[in-house]
Parts: sequence; structure tokens; C-alpha cells
Amino acid sequence: MQFSFKSVAVALAASTMLAGAAQAELTGDLRIFFNDQNPAPKEAMEGMVERFQEMHPDLNIELTLIDREANKTQIRNYLTANAPDVNGWYAGNRMRPYVNAGLFEDVSDLWDGPMGEELASTRPALTLDGKQWGVPYSYYQWGIYYRQDIYEELGLTPATTWDEEKANCQVILDSGRKCYTIGTRFLWTAGGWFDYLNLRTHGYDFHMALTAGEVEWTDERVRETFANWRELIDMGAFIDDHTAYTWQEAQPFMVNGEAVSYLMGNFVVAPMREAGLTDDQLGFYQFPEITPGIPKAEDAPTDTLHIPAQAQNKDNARAFLQYVASAENQTIVNQTLGQLPINRNAEVADDKFIQAGFEMLSNATGGIAQFFDRDADAELASAAMEGFQEFMVMPDNLDAILTRLERVRQRINEN
Amino acid sequence: MSVTTETDQRGWWRRNQMRAAPWLFLAPGIAFFALYVIFPIFQSFQISLYRWDGLGEARYIGMRNYHELLDDPAFYTSLRNNVKWLLLYLLAIPGGLFIALFLNQQVRGIRLYKSLFFFPFVISQVVVGLVFAWFYNPSIGLFNPLIGLFGLGPMNVLGNPNTVTYGIIAAGLWPQIAYCMILYLTGLNAVDPEQVEAARLDGAKGWRMLWYVILPQLRPATFIAVVVTVIGALRSFDMISVMTNGGPFGSSRVLAYYMFEVSLSEYGFRMGYGAAIAVVLFLIMLVYIAFFLWRMWREERGY
Amino acid sequence: MFPTPVERRSNAVQTTYKALLPLALILWLMPLLMVALFSIKPDSDFTQGNLWGWPSSFVGFENYTRVFTDSAMPRYLLNSVFITVPTVIGAVALSCMTGFALGVYRFRSNIWIFFMFVAGNFVPFQILMVPVRDLTLNLGLYDTRLGLVLFHIAFQTGFCTLFMRNFIRALPRELIEAARVEGVSEIRIFWYVVLPLMRPAIAALSVLIFTFIWNDYFWAVVLTQGVETQPVTAGITAFNSQFRAAYHMMSAGSIIAALPPVMMFFLMQKHFIAGLTLGAVK
Repeated sequence: MQFSFKSVAVALAASTMLAGAAQAELTGDLRIFFNDQNPAPKEAMEGMVERFQEMHPDLNIELTLIDREANKTQIRNYLTANAPDVNGWYAGNRMRPYVNAGLFEDVSDLWDGPMGEELASTRPALTLDGKQWGVPYSYYQWGIYYRQDIYEELGLTPATTWDEEKANCQVILDSGRKCYTIGTRFLWTAGGWFDYLNLRTHGYDFHMALTAGEVEWTDERVRETFANWRELIDMGAFIDDHTAYTWQEAQPFMVNGEAVSYLMGNFVVAPMREAGLTDDQLGFYQFPEITPGIPKAEDAPTDTLHIPAQAQNKDNARAFLQYVASAENQTIVNQTLGQLPINRNAEVADDKFIQAGFEMLSNATGGIAQFFDRDADAELASAAMEGFQEFMVMPDNLDAILTRLERVRQRINEN
Repeated sequence: MSVTTETDQRGWWRRNQMRAAPWLFLAPGIAFFALYVIFPIFQSFQISLYRWDGLGEARYIGMRNYHELLDDPAFYTSLRNNVKWLLLYLLAIPGGLFIALFLNQQVRGIRLYKSLFFFPFVISQVVVGLVFAWFYNPSIGLFNPLIGLFGLGPMNVLGNPNTVTYGIIAAGLWPQIAYCMILYLTGLNAVDPEQVEAARLDGAKGWRMLWYVILPQLRPATFIAVVVTVIGALRSFDMISVMTNGGPFGSSRVLAYYMFEVSLSEYGFRMGYGAAIAVVLFLIMLVYIAFFLWRMWREERGY
Repeated sequence: MFPTPVERRSNAVQTTYKALLPLALILWLMPLLMVALFSIKPDSDFTQGNLWGWPSSFVGFENYTRVFTDSAMPRYLLNSVFITVPTVIGAVALSCMTGFALGVYRFRSNIWIFFMFVAGNFVPFQILMVPVRDLTLNLGLYDTRLGLVLFHIAFQTGFCTLFMRNFIRALPRELIEAARVEGVSEIRIFWYVVLPLMRPAIAALSVLIFTFIWNDYFWAVVLTQGVETQPVTAGITAFNSQFRAAYHMMSAGSIIAALPPVMMFFLMQKHFIAGLTLGAVK
């Protein structure tokens, strides 16, 4: 441990300088692993790094872009060996394995400052065991994206209740189209459907209790959620062969008009526009009410940056995270990303979908969930989403699926 | 003085080199092999007795991972699929023999044909997997239009739990048949022409000739084909990973993939459980290893 | 020769056979031909549903150029070379020695050491996954090409030893005995007598190992991550997520990823097949 004295000194210096860190000239290295190579996030991240570099010309910044899916398996490796100074990940329970293993740096100190107030709305998502373990840089709404032009052609308006939703769907089916496109090859898309059906059928508290493993999967209320889902499945509302497609491969069905809507996160807008849909053709509406009177809760996953516990340049990393969360940067970044800023002083982009999402989430009285695989324990998430996919293909297997999930839940709780 | 030690050493080497030399030559190979192959096998046995997420502390839990395996439907699905792989993969042997017989002629350009028939084996399984995944893809693949010509389909081969494993095995057979084909082509080259002619004079033809005269002479090729095919079947991982990730809902998993999934995939943090699955796979393979070694030992005795 | 040579059959049979050959080949390579066709099509053919028809324009050159200019593919290819070549050298060097030791000397544990190599070579390598990953992490070699190379060398040594030992056994022993009688040291016998005779085996094994290692995917995923270190088999998945649903690009990328071992095979066909079929003829 030859560097211990030095690192203590640096830590002391860093903690006293924290408030002024953004102004102070930084030197040394800053290695960032960012977990998205798609065009918009890439541009956003590169922009952030460029601006930060301008503020600190002597800082040597090294940015590595990792494929989003690949990062999900690689994170555990680079956190234990070859740790960068900043890495991209997700909020909620998805942080748990790394927090428990002591691989993420506790950054509560950043949240104790003025930043904490500006980011108040996302604090719960970054909090585990009473401490904060990272800083968000963006979040986005989920909801139903639909072909406005086809709705108009069929004389439909977006549903606000479950009965309307089913009635609309029947009209769409009668016109020879499918109601929803979906690609379940990577399972999580089915998790989105379960989230919304469960949130709307039983509300936020039940959903959170279920994902936390406090409710039995064989519970009658869980079956009610699946029964609602089954109504759509039995109607033939979803496209055929969805198990063979990724979420991107499911897109052309909507672009071609073979399917009319898509329950998805707002990141779907950019590729839809790229594929040629105009804002007159593409619309957005909130997932309709199912059980009357239940306050509407939404999925709004938060994308985050963290400092690995083994990072070499933690003071530089802290300064960078502070910059990332700043109102000024948040306005620019989320304009590029086409998503929502997490800093309440930042401006929301003047975009139809972002504005709609902002309004919806500001009025989400029911609560904000992260997403199924971020709220649930990793093992449960994997087993459950597999079960959702199976249910969408073979709804008659529900009993077997739920029994299996209940066993997984019990085993996890035993540990 | 230094001179005397040197001659002493040289003398020692002279006297003992016949005994020392083999160990000298073996040392680096054995060291590497022990470090990376032999010890890890035992370590896996040990890890399988622990609960360990690969990040924090490991906890000893005895045989609990194995008990859990017995009750894990995904384990049985994997095991069943492994059996399917084992049995169906063996079709590569008659398949390879058939193509080898078809190509064992001496017309012009036949060498190029042989090479082109063989080259699926040279392509990485990842690419073979991708190629077949697109081939089967219900919206862009050529598979559905092809079977449509015969009035069949359309089928979602990789998205249907009842067909997915067969679809992947078919893709896996493609390079494996090529491999067996080349083994048999070489074997056929060495078939004794006099025996063939003699059999012909005795009136043997077609199947009888193949069965009673040719196949016995191809036994070394068949043996190697069986060995590499069985091992290939039990190791199948790349294709499953690339084509389906074990899906839909886990129905195309095999043990090799399942163990990776529970220990290192996106939601997998169960190193101990993964090691237990690997141990089971190892024990299955051990039967074949033992068979192979036994046969080799018999041959060595003759040496 | 079996089956009966076609030239001894009727003209009709000969013509049918010659017509059948290309037909069978096209059928056999169908999936690959489909991908090759995709790789020279423009993007618009896919959105307009012209999947298997004649390409509306030939943009093969553009597609393949883009693979090299717009993606990390060149880097992945280079990584593959830096992983494959040292592995081939290392594994062949080690196994020349082990093969020599086991093939030439008679000592009691000879057969058991030989069996250890053979058995280890057949082990399902998943059982090595967790410990080897740990070992590599502890050595500080995780996510380095060296870490991957060391493991590959070690694992391939099993197969290579089997191969080399059998080859050396088939060499004439008189040469070695004659050298010994003349008092040549064992090391010199290895270097000057046996090694030159092993050239065909070294060539065959090198080509074979090159192909095996180039095509490895599992260990690349377990021991490396990212553009800096991953070989092309692992890189192709990242490449595909970059060009998600752009089938013309994914096809071109796959073909490029598959090409080096194919070229190796066509250039070194004789050695390749000699290596593969060792033991198939007795």
C-alpha cells in the first residue's frame, strides 16, 4: 500500500476544495467508460467530455464507449480489475450487487451540497442503505408511441381507459393490422408491459412490494394483472413471432404500418424519425387507466454515472460528475439525447415527445418506478422476464410460471 | 575451480541426460497445462460448494447447489437439450459420409468442389450462427420462402420453443458435416482398391459393398468423427449465445450455456451454482474421455 | 475406388453427375450466399422488401469500405492477429518439446502424462471458466491480449501434444539411435535431428491452431472486453449492435470477420487437411 499516504492527502485536499472544484484547474487523468455507442448518446457524451476538457485543458481525459448490452456483463470485471474513474450504469436495485460488494464509491458528499436539492427528484433512485452511490445524467418516460395517421384514418382517439384501449385495438385488428409491435428476444421489453399492467391494475405500492420480493408470485392479485394481459394476448393484439426480434427489429412493423403502436421508452423516437416517420405520423399517449381511481405511476428509468471504488482519480471524477449534473450541462445533454434533464433548473427541450413526457412525469401522482429489471433483484428479474415472454407465447402456462417464480423468490429471500 | 564444477556438471548431464531430458522438455508444457487446465478443474469442484457472487466473500454451503440443481426446471431443460444435441449431432457422421461418397470422383474441378463443400468448417461458429439466424429470421430470412415452395410454413424457427433447438442443431451440423466429410474423403483415399475390385468380382454392389467392404476400412475415420462430434455437441455454446441467448424463455439452453448464464451473464451472479453445472457437464464428458483413453491405451499396448 | 468412378458409367450418368455438382454446392452454401448477396445490396432494398432479388444497385464496395472506415472492425481484426499469432507460436513451441519428450523417451509415467494432456484437451472448457477468469484477474492480465494468449497456449498444448507425440512416434527411430551412438546430446538431437523432420507437422498444426484460435468466441468473451483487446469474433457482436437492423452492413461485417481463416485454408489447404485428418487413416 505504498500510495496510502498520498491518497489520504489527496482525499483531504479534495474534500476541502469540493465546493470550488468546478473552478479549480484539474490535472492528471480521467478515464471514463460510457455504456452506449448509439449515435445520440455517443454525441451527448462526447460533447460533455469536450466541454469539460475546455474547462480543464491540462486534464488528460480518456473516453471509452462500450456497447450497452456488453457493458451489462463487463461491468463486474472492470470494477474489480482495471477500474476506470467514471462508469455508466443504472439506478435502483441494479446497483445493489456492486454496492454490496463495495465496488461503487459512496458519493453522498456530492448530494449533500446544493446539487442534492437540484436533483431532489432522482435522489431515491440513487439511494441504497441511506447513501447515494452515483449521479444521474438523464431519464426518460415510457408510454405508448402510436401511428397518429393510422388512428385518424380509422377514426380513433388515444384511449384513457382499459375498455377504450381494447375497443381501439379491436378496430385496429379488424383493419388487418396488429395493435402492438414488440420484440422480446432480449426479454426486457416484456418487462415494460408487465410494469404498466401491474402498476395500473394494483398501483405503485403493490408493484414495488412485488419487485422487492415481499409478495408471493402466486398471489391472486398477480394473477389479476396477468388476466388483463391475457385479454390482449387472446385478441391477437401483439405481432407474431416477437420472440425472434430485438426491440430494434420490431420497429419496422410500426414504420410499415403493419402494427400501430409500441409500448417503449422515449429512446424509440430517434430511430423512428430516422426511419422516416414524421411528427405528424408519430404520437404519444400515457398508458391508460385500468383499475379506476388508482393514481397513475410511471416507469421512468434513470441512467447514471458512478465512481468505481477502485478508481485512481476520484477527485477528478467527482468534479466531472458535478459538471454532468449541472443545470447548464443538463440542458445541452438532454437536448442531444432527446431525454429529460435530471436537474430541475435545466431547460426541457422543445420537442413534442420530451415535453409530453415531462408533463406526464410531473403529474405522476402514483409514483415513479425505475423499470422491472432495475427494481427487482437481478436473479428474480431474469427469471421473471423469461416467464413474461413465455406467458406471451403460451398464456396457458401461467400456473407453472408463477410457481417457478415463487420458488425463485423464496430462495432469494432465504439468502 | 570453476572449471572443475563445469566438467562436473557436464558429467552429471552426460550420465543422467536420458532420465533428465524428458522432464526438461516437459516442464514448461506441464507447468502451463497444470496452471490453466488441471488446477482449475479441481477449483471448480471446490467453488461448486460455495455461494459466491463473484464480487464479495464466498460462503461454504456444502452440497446445496447440487440439491438445487435437482429441482431446477431450467437444469432439466438444458440436460434434455444436451441429449438432443448429442444424438442429432451424430447425424453429421452419416451426412459427412454421404457427401464424401458423392464427391469421391475424379471429374474436372472436383478438388475445388471438395474445398468449397468443406469451408463452412473454417468459418467461426459465431458467423455461422449469425448467418443461420438471418436465414431463419421470419421477416428477412430465406428459410420461409424456401419451405414455402413445398407448401410448408411459415415458421418462426428460433422463436418457437418446440423448434428452436433443432434449428440451432441444424446450423451446427453444417460445419460439422463438412468436418466429417473431410475425414471420410481422406479415409476413402486409403481404401484398398484391390479389396474393392475383389468384392466387385464377387458381385458386391452398392449398400452391401459399403457396409461389408468400405465401412470396415473407414473405421479409424469413423472413430475420430465420433469423438470430435460428441465433444463438439457437449461444448456447443457459441451458436446458442449468438442465435438465441438460450431463448425463447430458456428453451434452447444447454448445460454449457446455462452455466455461463447463471455465473457471468447480464443477471448472473452465481459462480457456485454455475460451477456445479459445469461439474455435471464434466462428469458426463468424463464418460467419453474415459472411453477414448481406454481405446488409446489398448492401442498403446500394441506399440 | 468406391463408389464406382463415374467415368466408367454411362454418358447419361456422367452428365447428371456433373450437373448435380454445382446444384448441390449452391444448396449447400445457400445461407452463406444469402449473406453474400445482402452484403452488396443498398439499405433501401431492405426497406422496400427487395430481399433476395437482384440488387437495385451494387454497393458492395461502399458497404465493405464502410466496415473499415465507420467501425472498429480494423481494430478487432488486428487484435485477432495479435492474439492468434503468439498463441500459434507458443503452443507449437511447447508441444514440440512435450511431443518430443513423450514420443521419444520411455519412462514409467510417460503414458499417464500423455493421458493427462489428452484428457485435459477434451474437458468441457466451461468448467475452467470461473477459475481461469479469477486467475487472470489476479495476475492483472484481465482484459489484456496477453491474458488470453497465455490461456490459449496452455489449453491448446493438450491437443498439440497429442498431435506431435503421435507424429514423432511415426518417425524412424534409427536416426535418433544413430545420433545417440555418436554421442550427440539429447538437446542437440531434438534441435538438429528431430525438429527438421517435424516441419510438416509444425505447418499442419500451425494452420489448424490458427483457425481454432481465430474462431474462438467463448474465451474472448470471458477474458476480454472492449475495442482495445477483443478479437473479431467478439467484436462482431458489438459491430452488429452498432449497425442494428442494417443487414447489408452486418452481412459485410460478418464476411470480413470470417475471411482470414478461409484464406488461410485455401492457401494452406494441404497442411490444413493433413492436420485435421491425422489419425483418420491407419
